[in-house]
Amino acid sequence: MTELLKQPWPWYVAGALIGLVVPALLILGNKHFGISANLRHACAACFPANIPFFKYDWKKEAWNLFFVGGILAGGLIASTVLANPDPIVVNPKLVNELAGYGIHDYSNMVPKEIISWEALLSWRGLVMMIGGGFLVGFGTRYAGGCTSGHSIMGISTFQLPSVVATCCFMIGGFIMANLILPHIMQL
Amino acid sequence: MQQIQDTATDIRHQDTICTNDSQKTHPWWYNFKYALVGVLFGVVFVKAEIISWFRIQEMFRLQSFHMYGVIGTAIAVAALSVFIIKKFNIKTIHGEPIIFTPKKFTKGQVIGGLIFGLGWALTGACPGPLFAQIGTGAFAVALVVLSAIAGTWVYGYFRERLPK
Repeated sequence: MTELLKQPWPWYVAGALIGLVVPALLILGNKHFGISANLRHACAACFPANIPFFKYDWKKEAWNLFFVGGILAGGLIASTVLANPDPIVVNPKLVNELAGYGIHDYSNMVPKEIISWEALLSWRGLVMMIGGGFLVGFGTRYAGGCTSGHSIMGISTFQLPSVVATCCFMIGGFIMANLILPHIMQL
Repeated sequence: MQQIQDTATDIRHQDTICTNDSQKTHPWWYNFKYALVGVLFGVVFVKAEIISWFRIQEMFRLQSFHMYGVIGTAIAVAALSVFIIKKFNIKTIHGEPIIFTPKKFTKGQVIGGLIFGLGWALTGACPGPLFAQIGTGAFAVALVVLSAIAGTWVYGYFRERLPK
């Protein structure tokens, strides 16, 4: 059983379990599934700076901070007791493309060559980590949610704005991965 | 007094889907049940490689069905669950009716959505996976999270001047 759990899980198992998070949070206490709001709670709790957008009772959303704390712990458990010893298997076309940018290490969830403390010393790492993080934080809040809030919670409750937002997430991702990223990778 | 409370609720719901819509107040340690859901969610994130930068790159190059399968199945299961909750008027474990609040269209869903998409393909992670990545030992990702918090703060600062 443990051996089976250590293998990478198929998409239909993962998808079903993620889908069940939505009713679990609703039934446990009327909590609407989403993650990116935690970034806002961090602002409201630590540096509200008298900005109206951050002047709300963030303690009412403390559940969401517990939720991400759990996600972090889940990451720890899955990468220790349930760790898959083999490197991740990806499409050979991607391996080929990334080899051209000097990325060969598939042993971690994130490639060490671009997302690590050492990578911060290069323009490439700096743009991807600090620039990428900033776009994620600014974009999700402007859009009013991320993949969890819009794509899963929003679409599953049939909200058209969430369908629009999800399409835009995908368009942005396609533009970055195919048109802009190749230039950044050569920095 | 009532009015102050209403405004506070409104700001809390601004540009946010994931909110606490319970009217009840509980001791803080009641929140541990959400941490437990988070643990299970985090394990799935890692074991299905959803938090892998490589899987996200495959998705945006149409080189793998994996991520589409995960998100599609999640939406289907969540939609069916929500349908059942509405149909049978299921209440929370504390006996409250479950509330759904419809969202309005804004320009932010388009502009902000595109901006988030650009960032998603760079970091190889949306906000949830960032936290799971830190859990797997990629501690440098904490800087990505701090930068995302900075991005959120800058949005809050310019919010009134951005197209709505």
